[in-house]
Amino acid sequence: METEFTPFVSLLGGGLIGLSAVVLLATHGRIAGISGIVSRMLPPTFDKAGLPQGIIFLVGLLLAAPLWIVVTGTAPVQVVSKNELLLVAAGLLVGFGSVIGNGCTSGHGVCGISRGSARSIAATMTFMATAFVTVFVLRHVVGG
Amino acid sequence: MHIFSTLFAGLLFGTGLILSGMANPAKVQNFLDLFGTWDPSLAFVMGGAIVMTMPGFWLVQKRTKPLFDDVFHLPTRTDFDARLVVGAAIFGIGWGLGGFCPGPALTSLPLAASGTLFFAPAMLVGMVIAKYTAAPQPKNLEL
Repeated sequence: METEFTPFVSLLGGGLIGLSAVVLLATHGRIAGISGIVSRMLPPTFDKAGLPQGIIFLVGLLLAAPLWIVVTGTAPVQVVSKNELLLVAAGLLVGFGSVIGNGCTSGHGVCGISRGSARSIAATMTFMATAFVTVFVLRHVVGG
Repeated sequence: MHIFSTLFAGLLFGTGLILSGMANPAKVQNFLDLFGTWDPSLAFVMGGAIVMTMPGFWLVQKRTKPLFDDVFHLPTRTDFDARLVVGAAIFGIGWGLGGFCPGPALTSLPLAASGTLFFAPAMLVGMVIAKYTAAPQPKNLEL
């Protein structure tokens, strides 16, 4: 399914994401890496020092879509696959991989690259590469 | 005030994901579909974010400490290991399959698309499995 090329709003949205990361670093000295924030709340080990701010950040994240609906009067445009098995597999891989690889799109892809972290640059190139190959196989080899 | 700033940061992050199109898995997968219905928008998301964070982080770190904390909690590792690359590779496969990464998946939860309701819990389970199987690391290494 085609989606419209939206350079302007995507740039603007990206800017908001970046601004959020700057605010979090400036106020609490923390990196806005979502997989890190979430996984530190999960068993078996908890990061007690970062827990309260992590929870508050996630509350803000969860409030974004309801607030968007209230302000704009329309739900965010979203097309999610209905293949439940595929999404469970995808979720397991994303969760597992982000913890093993110490980060995700936000932690490595935005914050890490901005800090000039060689680890994050390597991680971002790696997950970009496997994601491109995965979508190629999913759509052009296995079939659309 | 320190609670408000974090809440604001989370809200800003989620709004940015929605506005940019990152919270739409179809758009993410189209970005990753170079040989099909390619939509280059997501390159602009990353560009817009880094344009803010690169100078922003530099300015912030000129201070000796953050506003509401005594130290910056930054990752300090510079070495490469197999875990980093293997983990990132697995993450990328999952990202491609579902079109969701952690931030957009959580932001999408209140919209309650059936796919999201399968993806997000599975993601949390994946994280717990990884934490149980992987050797423990100092907490400041995790992004």
